[in-house]
Formats: sequence, structure tokens, C-alpha cells
Amino acid sequence: MIKEITISPGEDKSRDKENFDFITFRAGETISIVGPTGSGKTAFITDIELMAQGDTSTKRVVTINGKPPTDETRYDPSLKPIAMITQNTKCFADLSVEEFLLIHARARKITEKHLAVKTMELANKFTGEKIKKDNRVTVLSGGQTRSLLIADALMIGAAPIILLDEIENAGIFKQEVIEIIRNTSKIIIFVTHDPVIALLTKKRLIMENGAVKKIIVQNEAETGAAKNLIEIDKRMGVIRDNLRAGYEITKDLLNVSFA
Amino acid sequence: MKLLIIAGPPSAGKTCLTKQIVRRFQNEMKIAYLKIDVVKAYEDIELSKEFNIPTKKIYSGDLCPDHAGVMVLEDALDWAQSHRADLFIVESAGLCLRCSPYLNQGLGIIVLSSISGIHAPEKMGAMVSLADIAVVTKIDLVSQAEREVLIQKIKEVHRKVMLFETNALQGTSLNRLYDQITNSPPIDKDTLALRGNPPLGTCTICVGKKEVGWKHHFGVIRKLDGHTAEYLYRGE
Repeated sequence: MIKEITISPGEDKSRDKENFDFITFRAGETISIVGPTGSGKTAFITDIELMAQGDTSTKRVVTINGKPPTDETRYDPSLKPIAMITQNTKCFADLSVEEFLLIHARARKITEKHLAVKTMELANKFTGEKIKKDNRVTVLSGGQTRSLLIADALMIGAAPIILLDEIENAGIFKQEVIEIIRNTSKIIIFVTHDPVIALLTKKRLIMENGAVKKIIVQNEAETGAAKNLIEIDKRMGVIRDNLRAGYEITKDLLNVSFA
Repeated sequence: MKLLIIAGPPSAGKTCLTKQIVRRFQNEMKIAYLKIDVVKAYEDIELSKEFNIPTKKIYSGDLCPDHAGVMVLEDALDWAQSHRADLFIVESAGLCLRCSPYLNQGLGIIVLSSISGIHAPEKMGAMVSLADIAVVTKIDLVSQAEREVLIQKIKEVHRKVMLFETNALQGTSLNRLYDQITNSPPIDKDTLALRGNPPLGTCTICVGKKEVGWKHHFGVIRKLDGHTAEYLYRGE
């Protein structure tokens, strides 16, 4: 059982020690990591994914339930409590979607029936163009690949800690992903540039120069503002869908009024 | 003296990994480095410039690189010893994939890139199945799921191999590999032998036997129907 994960400070890009004692995330928490590009967001979640023990470029140390992870936990995918969705929009494995999912299920030692089909069905909720089981993973589009990998992380990774690296720019249905992911008792960490995702999470880490600069806990005023943003985001979504489908955009559709 | 034999296809990240190992141990041990390649290699110059350690290269030329390795290794060990090396790293280009350069002592490391293709571990035969350690590089280029699919494939070829994943440019999460090197016992030069079985050395066609049919030939491993001839060596 994963109750909490703790990150001890490492070094920023100038090799100065990070300015916090430790950061703890507990089961059921959602966290967003924000900051300009190059500020160390991906490095932060990669440290968690690798369960860094001072042996990554940031020198951070990650403990789980207060203890350093065993070697088995670090190196055996079937024991790994962490699933990460990276920004990769490409798969290199020369396998069909079904083969890919089945081999990954073997790696994670998951034997559930019809797992590949279920995973594909979930992936198809996130993407416009449907994925078929005999598609080669190498020819999937960027959005399809990311949808598949998100579904894979949820169904086959099925880990208590989920790390998502900029899911908003994948050309997939963001709202759906967030809804499914939010109703869990997992620790979910988003690296994001999206204000909606950032405001919907309980904690917000601000990165700068490779270090955690600040931690902000969600407050009511912001949650209220987030509701407005979600409305705008939905409207954006409608406009985007209309554009994609070849419709012309009317004045009416562009009219936005704040609550 | 400890011995480390690093093998793997071109551009897998062997030299990058070697550099991380040298960087980690250069203040603890005296390190010597030998590169075995076929046509062209610059790594010896690179490493001696960057770390100021004794390096050497050998081109195998008309021999296969693993054969060349066996032939030169005794002298190479003497050379490394003459430099009082505590750790001798041999980096070898794997070519035909029939054999592996690992010895019965020291550590054998196969370096595989995350993007080398999903069937690479099976195709590389003894180079994977006889290694002590597999290091998967370039993990920043692929998704976690794809990394785990490749790991599974490697484990299906070699269940007991120790597996490490790294971004070798940064040298991430290699502590456990370093522990393995630290704990690796010194070699005994007089009892060194190849870990795998070498291929057949004689081809009856090459020496001029003209008769048709497998029964007239030895050194022919497969009959037309794909069965292995019983009296012949079958490989690993």
C-alpha cells in the first residue's frame, strides 16, 4: 500500500541546494507542476518515476511510505508502483496494438481477461480517430499514441502513483482524461501549462531553474475561478470541434460572458 | 584487476556508458581501456583525452571482432597490468551476433538502446543471453510503457539478467551497476576462457569438398528440412 511519497531536496541548475526540507504527497492527492519550459518540470516527475536515490542529475532522493524503495521495486516493472505518461508521441516497437498491450501486461504481471480490448476501448474515449487492435503502434498518430499510452497507464500500469507530462497538448479529449483520473484514491501528478488542470489540483508546485521554488495549496477563490475557466475551456472545445469538422465559426459561438 | 567487457551494437551507447563508469571510478581505481573494432574507432582517443587514462584500440580486420578479442586479450591484460590498472574495460563491437565476447570471469555487459527495435534482444542471441548485466539506454526517448515492453522482451531471452535503465548521457540511476562493479572479484588470468561456445571453424565447402548432400559434409549445421544434424555442434 502506498500511503505517501516524499521527495528530499536536490540541486538546481546552478548546483545550489533546493529551498525546501521535504515534499510529501499522500494517496488521493492531485498535484500540478508548473513553470516555464526548461525549469525542471519533467526532471521532477522523472525523479519520481525512477525513484531517484541521489543518482539522477538533480540529486533528489525519493522515499515511499518513509522508506527508500528496494532494488526490486525500482527495477522490476511488475512491482513498480508508478505509471508515467511521457510526452512521447511515438512508439518504436514493431508490434500491433494488441501485442504491445499484451506484452506490457506480461511485464506488469497482470492477467485480467480482455485487458487489451478494455484498454483500447478506454483509449478510444480520448481520441477522435479510433485505434484498432491490429494497427501497428509505429503508425499511430501522435494523439492516438498518447491516448493509448494514457489508457495503458490506467489499465495496465494500474499504479497507485500516476505521472502525466503535459497531456493537454496531445490533441486528445482532456476533460475526459481528467474526469476518469480524478475519481481515484491515487496520487496523480500533472506537469502542465494548462490553467484549468493547474487550478483543479490540490497542490501546485512552481519550478524555476531546475528547482522547486514554491508550493501553493488550492484555495476557494481559485477553485471558483477554475469553474469559469472550465466553461471557457468547454467553449474552446466546441469551437475546436466545429473547426475540425469544417464548420464556419459564428459570432454567437465566440461570445463569452463570465459568471 | 577487475575486468569489464561491454558489448552491443553500434550507437547503442556503449562508450557513453563507459564514460559514466570511468567518471564514477576514476578517483578510486586506476582504469585502462581497450576498444576492439573492425573498421574505424575513435573512442580510445576520446577517453584518453577526457580522462587521461591509458587506452588502446585494435582493429580486427579480417577476423571477427570476438575472435580478435580472444587472440589479443592475453597481451591486452599484460598491457593493462603494466599500467597497474585496477579496472580493465574492454569495449567490443558486436557484429554477426553469433557469439559473445564475455569471459568466464569479470562482468559481461550488453548495452541496448530503447529505440533499437523490439526484436533486437532475440536477434542478438548470445550477446544478450550470456551477459551478466543488460543496460538499456536512451530511456528519455520512449514512453514508460515501451521501456517495460522492451525489458519484458529481454527477460524472455535471459530471465536472470540484471537489468538497468539509464539515460547514459546523464548517467541516471546507475548506482546499482556501480555496486556490481565494486563487488566484482579480481580475475585470474591463467584460467580465463570464453563464456560461450565458439562457432565451427571449418567449412567443408570452403576447403573444397564437392559432393552434394549433408552426409558428405561436416560443419553443416542444418539440413534442408531445418533439423540439426545430431553429430554436430548446435551453438548456444
